[in-house]
Amino acid sequence: MALDAHIPSGPIAEKWDNHRFDLQLVNPANKRKHTAIIVGTGLAGGSAAATLGQLGYNVLSFCSQDSPRRAHSIAAQGGINAAKNYQNDGDSIYRLFYDTVKGGDYRAREANVYRLAQVSTQIIDQCAAQGVPFAREYGGTLANRSFGGAQVSRTFYARGQTGQQLLLGAYSSMMRQVHTGKVKLFPRREMLELVVIDGKARGIIVRNLDSGKIERYVADVVILATGGYGNVFYLSTNAKGCNVTAAWRAHRKGALFANPCYTQIHPTCIPVSGSYQSKLTLMSESLRNDGRVWVPRKTNDTRSPEQIPEDDRDYYLERRYPSFGNLVPRDVASRAAKAVCDEGRGVGKTGRAVYLDFADAIDRDSEQVIRQKYGNLFDMYSEITDENPYKTPMRIYPAVHYTMGGLWVDYNLMSNLPGLFVLGEANFSDHGANRLGASALMQGLADGYFVIPNTLGGYIASEKIDQVTTSHPAFDEAEQQATDRIEKLLSINGSRTVDDFHRELGLVVWDYCGMSRNAEGLIEARRKVQSIRDEFWENVTITGTLGGVNKVLERAGRVADFMEFAELMMVDALTRDESCGGHFREEHQTEEGEARRDDENFAFVSAWEFTGVGQNPILHKEDLIFENVHLTQRSYK
Amino acid sequence: MSLARRLKAITEFFSKSQPVETNEEKSHSENMNLTLKVWRQNGTDDKGEMVSYSANDISPEMSFLEMLDVVNDQLESESIEPIAFDSDCREGICGMCSLVINGQPHGPGSGTTTCQIYMRSFTDGSTITIEPWRAKAFPITRDLCVDRSAFDRITQAGGYVSMNTGSAPDANSIPIAQDLAEEAMDAAACIGCGACVASCKNASAMLFVGAKVKHLNILPQGQPERQKRVAAMVDSMKEEGFGNCTNEYECEAVCPKTISADHIGFLNRDYVKAKISGQ
Repeated sequence: MALDAHIPSGPIAEKWDNHRFDLQLVNPANKRKHTAIIVGTGLAGGSAAATLGQLGYNVLSFCSQDSPRRAHSIAAQGGINAAKNYQNDGDSIYRLFYDTVKGGDYRAREANVYRLAQVSTQIIDQCAAQGVPFAREYGGTLANRSFGGAQVSRTFYARGQTGQQLLLGAYSSMMRQVHTGKVKLFPRREMLELVVIDGKARGIIVRNLDSGKIERYVADVVILATGGYGNVFYLSTNAKGCNVTAAWRAHRKGALFANPCYTQIHPTCIPVSGSYQSKLTLMSESLRNDGRVWVPRKTNDTRSPEQIPEDDRDYYLERRYPSFGNLVPRDVASRAAKAVCDEGRGVGKTGRAVYLDFADAIDRDSEQVIRQKYGNLFDMYSEITDENPYKTPMRIYPAVHYTMGGLWVDYNLMSNLPGLFVLGEANFSDHGANRLGASALMQGLADGYFVIPNTLGGYIASEKIDQVTTSHPAFDEAEQQATDRIEKLLSINGSRTVDDFHRELGLVVWDYCGMSRNAEGLIEARRKVQSIRDEFWENVTITGTLGGVNKVLERAGRVADFMEFAELMMVDALTRDESCGGHFREEHQTEEGEARRDDENFAFVSAWEFTGVGQNPILHKEDLIFENVHLTQRSYK
Repeated sequence: MSLARRLKAITEFFSKSQPVETNEEKSHSENMNLTLKVWRQNGTDDKGEMVSYSANDISPEMSFLEMLDVVNDQLESESIEPIAFDSDCREGICGMCSLVINGQPHGPGSGTTTCQIYMRSFTDGSTITIEPWRAKAFPITRDLCVDRSAFDRITQAGGYVSMNTGSAPDANSIPIAQDLAEEAMDAAACIGCGACVASCKNASAMLFVGAKVKHLNILPQGQPERQKRVAAMVDSMKEEGFGNCTNEYECEAVCPKTISADHIGFLNRDYVKAKISGQ
């Protein structure tokens, strides 16, 4: 299979404009003859549904929650980047592009990233016009703050609830299209199979999570905007319902999965407190604007933070990275935290935490100013930990947060399966091996508001799409696959619960494919994943039946897919014999412990083809060609 | 999974990448034994009943939903159908979790969602009742889960600014005073959980509707459709079977985002203006 990313020719700044002109158009009167299925209603899926509905397409929108407004984009706190340069501090489209490619450790596709930076400015206009209540300066203009990996202030925000406000903006636009009849909502549906007819994605099989019924839907194209796979780790900052099922089912039907080993471990989360822990809570990266990260200088220092004098503290980020200080990118900050904890200098009852201290900022700016900026985050911290972060430093530790890998897509955001488009976190294309803060919201909305409305038209106008209905044999076959699998799960009647298996899987993935990886461990982990999976299919217990609400069955299906997916992660991490971004191979580091890339041999996207459960997948490489950014060792010193 | 096994797993989890000795987990003496009285209902048409369960060895550090996870894990391992409840983000923003705990939507404490309640708020030996949101417009789908799609339909009636993608002017061309933006944000912070409805004896959705109307109707972007919006949303609210406000302020008291009941006053004033002008 030859992978063609369909990157338009010409200078990088002109590619998108040229491409939009080259794409064939669908006549407005003809748009109403075409239907798009969109799975997922987060920033990417919600904005796509709204925009495609406005253009006149018929949209069928699916989500697993009881309302599209609850998609996990809602939990994003800190902000959204855009190259507006409202602060006059030297920002530009090119700088946002450059920072993103560099931040991704040179493993992203240049053309996609440049387009992302280009449309970023329109996103802010769009959202402001919808009534998103962004933070403002006294004069009424938009306020900005800075975020990790950048030296300019280009992050727009709405308190600590930016994701919520942007999602509600997209959701409200989408509701307007529901009102006009162009978008039909199918909440509480989980996609179980992709239907492929004559090599093209033409429909989906879903389970209605309220009635338990299996349903079929047909369309001209299928768009997946189903988020990331962070919950393969069991503990992550993702919502409990986040899963890889839709993407994995598409992968099993032929869609290539790209760079699954690229996962982002966010440096500022509330540490694990006990074995019952069901999820981890993120503290926005924006806190690093004012908080200083430190640990005691000595190992096993059990004094309370207030008792540790200045000389006995190690502000290790400021020490190691004087120019970026506490604002180094996430992968760098996470590894540095792990390193000091591995040295025995971690704090808190588990020793797996570092301090994030606001004392200096409160002295400088007053408690009131800090409360204004971060009040809701401080409240959240004290609710969870029962401690007052205005008086004592927060304790934080890295946690799984975002996944840069995803289904492979070309410049049009279409996978190798014609008619299957993938948007937002579910695709792989823009963040390389590490995502910069406040870029996920930007990408989700760029894909949904500004990219797919153009590229979808290009596909529909130029491709011959036959008339099919849900009585096509491919639908029978896909539905049979979905029901067989559910019946098999329900018939096992074993003795271990679904969560028990999920936790065990998560520990293996975290230990061997988390913040650092090595060849020996990955080989061992692959074997472990296989054996957990074998036991799962023999010994899991699932109560209830196929009919009606069955939350255990829902989780079981997702965990079963994570078990297959985790193996691909290990294979990918083992194959990528270099360190880059969030993928840190212990064998490849500089003397100072920084990630050492191997551009000569690994400047490519790994796109994996499914060959069967437990079988070796086939690797397809998309070479990454850098015509604009010069590859260097990333330095934040 | 037994508690012992779980403790073993977590100890391994920490020791794996960690050379230093850790302190023991909190002693078991602090842990609590509780009785839960939980609403069980097998589908919308079932009559439903309260069923008692014991929740043993519960750590005060657990969240309320983690406590239910532990109880469910136990039920599942005994092949008893676990208690169905909704939750997703578990950090207080998605609006999915929706339990009435000891008669209080979102449980004890103010300004928190169910997922942000911690077991340290309860005492050893106590009995906790857990029920779903109860309102005609929110039918129960199973046990503690309800269908809140009525909120989506109210939003469809007018909870938006009609503006197509691509037609926006530069964001800074619409200056908005900082305090106005903050005021809009206060209202926009609503997570659509429906606790306001669950707490109200009339099952009124006026706090939910008021918050959305306030958010959009005070901003310049919302002016062109100001009257149409408020009329359509209030009419839709009535059609969905939500009641009217009789000034009990229960909604404000239970709102996890402390949305002010003043928005209901704003809603009423804007609604009257809209109706007078013929909307």
